[in-house]
Amino acid sequence: MQKFANPTRFLKFANTALPYVWSITILLFAVGLYGALVTSPADYQQGETVRIMFVHVPAAWLAMMIYSVMALASGVAIIFRHPLADVAAKTAAPIGAVFCFLALATGSLWGKPMWGAWWVWDARLTSMFVLMLLYLGYIAIWQAIEEPNRAGMVARIVALVGFINIPIIKFSVEWWNSLHQPASVLKMGGPSIDRSILWPLLVMGLAYTFLFLALHLVSMRSEISARKLRTLLIARGNQS
Amino acid sequence: MNALFSLLRRDLLLAARQGGGVGTVLGFFLTVLVLLPIGIGPDQATLQRLAPGMLWITLLLAVLLSADRIFQQDFEDGSLEVMAMSAQPLELVVLTKALAHWLTTSLPLAIAAPFLGVLLNLKTEVIWPLLLSMVLGAISLSLLASIGASLTVNLKRGGLLISILVLPLYVPILVFGISACSGDANIVNPSLLILSAIALASLVLAPLASAAALRAYLK
Repeated sequence: MQKFANPTRFLKFANTALPYVWSITILLFAVGLYGALVTSPADYQQGETVRIMFVHVPAAWLAMMIYSVMALASGVAIIFRHPLADVAAKTAAPIGAVFCFLALATGSLWGKPMWGAWWVWDARLTSMFVLMLLYLGYIAIWQAIEEPNRAGMVARIVALVGFINIPIIKFSVEWWNSLHQPASVLKMGGPSIDRSILWPLLVMGLAYTFLFLALHLVSMRSEISARKLRTLLIARGNQS
Repeated sequence: MNALFSLLRRDLLLAARQGGGVGTVLGFFLTVLVLLPIGIGPDQATLQRLAPGMLWITLLLAVLLSADRIFQQDFEDGSLEVMAMSAQPLELVVLTKALAHWLTTSLPLAIAAPFLGVLLNLKTEVIWPLLLSMVLGAISLSLLASIGASLTVNLKRGGLLISILVLPLYVPILVFGISACSGDANIVNPSLLILSAIALASLVLAPLASAAALRAYLK
């Protein structure tokens, strides 16, 4: 980890790793989408709409995972003062927000034929919605503070406060109202969904994870360049 | 300890003498209470059903709108810097200021709101549980507002940003505050217990977060 404290070394690593990460992403998407759209059977109750699940569920997983990545990076930034940790947290946020939006949008497309409404105020939907608000707040604080070092210091706290609150929010909205189906992949006694549906779902989950990895690397790379540019411009401004 | 007491006294005096104290917040609360029935319609049964929720949301908004008062003035005239350099840990200073906000804003509102609920035809048996849940919730509301206030202390358009940052954190308090009103007014009502737990947790964690945010700006 400490090795990448040097941005140049990190950039070198990102440049070599990116082609591989992109190839794995494309491969996984090809396999996953084939499984999701062709080989997996239509549901006896839901018909073909069940296939929305293959883009919906991994997006929701990723939205939660990326917030954890953000909080972890913020913690690393506070504890170890790793210079790239803030960059990692900052660039993860918009990607996470998009995955969160994707989960909400596909869920609502599925909800219309199944529940008869685009949106219902169910616990999971509400907590996902709140998660998106947390993402937006985090992005907004980066945009509100001009000086990147100070913005980083403040944004770390926003990310960590949000992270502590996510379980409480989730628990409270579940207490409030729940209509969404309970967890069916990660639970005691093994997954309760059929193998023909489970494997494309897991492959899609992996594909999404690699997509995030690739986008995150690209985004971190451009953030580092933007900061370099900023320093250069300030230096030139001081000269003239 | 003495320094903290005098800080508390100073903040309370400032709130009382500068205007913008209890009176203004109550005025805001009353104004919203007038607007609500106009927006929803004067039907007594509807108002009765919506009353606890509307009172809670008005409380959240009132606390939020007054949140920037916690640190902004002291930050602008430099007294916060003096406090940060004093022998007291910044965390305790922050806690004291949040306490002052609680005493001048959220606690008076929490006590007044259930009685003002009469205007919305609030059921009389709900008044007591609503009062208990609001008083317990008010502690966490002020503490969480202090986090938002410290995060945006030096920003020009901090007011809107505070809402985006803090309102999502208010969700659990709102949920349990409302559910306390539907149950019995017993002190061991689970919702009230959870509200107390949230209050205790934010009593410990909020000053740490606010102080860390203020340090970022005071550098």
